[in-house]
Amino acid sequence: MAVFGTATSRSLSGRGPSFGFRFFCYAVLSVVLMFYDRRGQEQGRGWLDTARYGLQAAIYPLQLAVNSPSAAWRWLEESFTTRETLRAEVDQLREELRNQQLITLRQSALEKENATLRNLNGMLPNVIDKRLVGEVINVEVSTLRQRLLVNRGGTNGVYKSQPVVTGDGVLGQVFRIGPFSSEIILITDAEHALPVQDVRSGERTIALGTGKSTTLELPYVPQNKDVKVGDLLVTSGLGRVFPYGLPVARVTKVERDPAQPLSTIHAVPLAGIENDREVLFIWQFPNHPAATPSPAALAVEAPDAAPAAPAAAAPVKTP
Amino acid sequence: MNFARREPRWAVTFTLLLALIAQVIPLPDWLSVVRPGFVALVIIYWSIYAPHAGGIFAPWLAGIALDVFKGEVLAQNALAIALVAYITMSLHQRLRNQTLVQQSLFVFLMLSVNEVVVWGIEGWSGHSVASPWRWIQPMVGAMLWPFIALLVGRTHTRT
Repeated sequence: MAVFGTATSRSLSGRGPSFGFRFFCYAVLSVVLMFYDRRGQEQGRGWLDTARYGLQAAIYPLQLAVNSPSAAWRWLEESFTTRETLRAEVDQLREELRNQQLITLRQSALEKENATLRNLNGMLPNVIDKRLVGEVINVEVSTLRQRLLVNRGGTNGVYKSQPVVTGDGVLGQVFRIGPFSSEIILITDAEHALPVQDVRSGERTIALGTGKSTTLELPYVPQNKDVKVGDLLVTSGLGRVFPYGLPVARVTKVERDPAQPLSTIHAVPLAGIENDREVLFIWQFPNHPAATPSPAALAVEAPDAAPAAPAAAAPVKTP
Repeated sequence: MNFARREPRWAVTFTLLLALIAQVIPLPDWLSVVRPGFVALVIIYWSIYAPHAGGIFAPWLAGIALDVFKGEVLAQNALAIALVAYITMSLHQRLRNQTLVQQSLFVFLMLSVNEVVVWGIEGWSGHSVASPWRWIQPMVGAMLWPFIALLVGRTHTRT
């Protein structure tokens, strides 16, 4: 490991520059790095992001090594399951499949009906174009935050702020990508906010993460708005990240204090954040009405974007 | 030159890697909130007993690795750990004469300094985590210090 002063420059009394001087150099370097890293975060891709992308790759083997004991344990557990348990599981899955088939039977009819009601020619395709299954790497990313590491990254086409879901609902979005892995910020992270809509009443609001994996908070709902315990919340598509209509959470608590202008509302996320091993990265059809606007469409909206590329079709706002 | 060859550089690299793994290995929730900064602890050890083995560079690099691991602002842990290493190195001769239990107090202070620096940078970059648990971590770290020091001490012969 190299020290700052090389062997030739070591003086008689000590060895090279003093610790104070070296620390000063590293401190300056750190501050410069932090400054550029933060600026890169605000302004999109910077050169430091590229460096970080490489560093993620360098650290990936270590992360896999940390993951390996629990992965081995799960493999061992799976290989020792008895025939009966497997049979039972297959039966259960068959039953589930039958139920799902019944639901989808009705769905195609409903989609057609919906398209006619909205005066759109032809049937709307599903908003989700492509999906990719990723597996959670069992590494503690940061203790006091709700983050996950998943074994799919830039080489798999994953992009920054891509929606990530599980079979039950919205899980989060891609926060940082490496070549082979990506870090996902969960909707329950204290720094995450998600625009949602109450399916029953159509009220739109924002669901904030609390830092606890079982609770979302809806702090911006005025007292007179119609939100009840048990209501299903879906993504409203306003945040330009998630497409419209993905299930997010169910309201568990509504408290109306007459002294406060806003009600206290809590909801529990539908995606089993604690025990999901597999997650889905989704891609949306670019011109689907329920999809979020493409970067080109956004460039037209922004007044100061000089070389505004003509958008093929500005997405229709869903009512 | 001859002295430099006796610096336990491999031991430094090895223990730092282990500390990094210990820092990110998944633990149950109640344990992970009190998990101390193992990397900082190991860095303090080497700064006291072999300040020339890693210099400031090894702590700084370990901090960068931690930042990439945790997805934090690049160099925030690096700066904090480099600062801890610098303070410890400037006092290492005095610290060597203390018992491990006496050193714990100093370790507690250093881990707190580390936490304060990280917290400050998080606040500046707008990613601050306000949880009382983060202030428990230096205490746990100080309590674990004698054990960590004895363990890391097995990897080299003290000079």
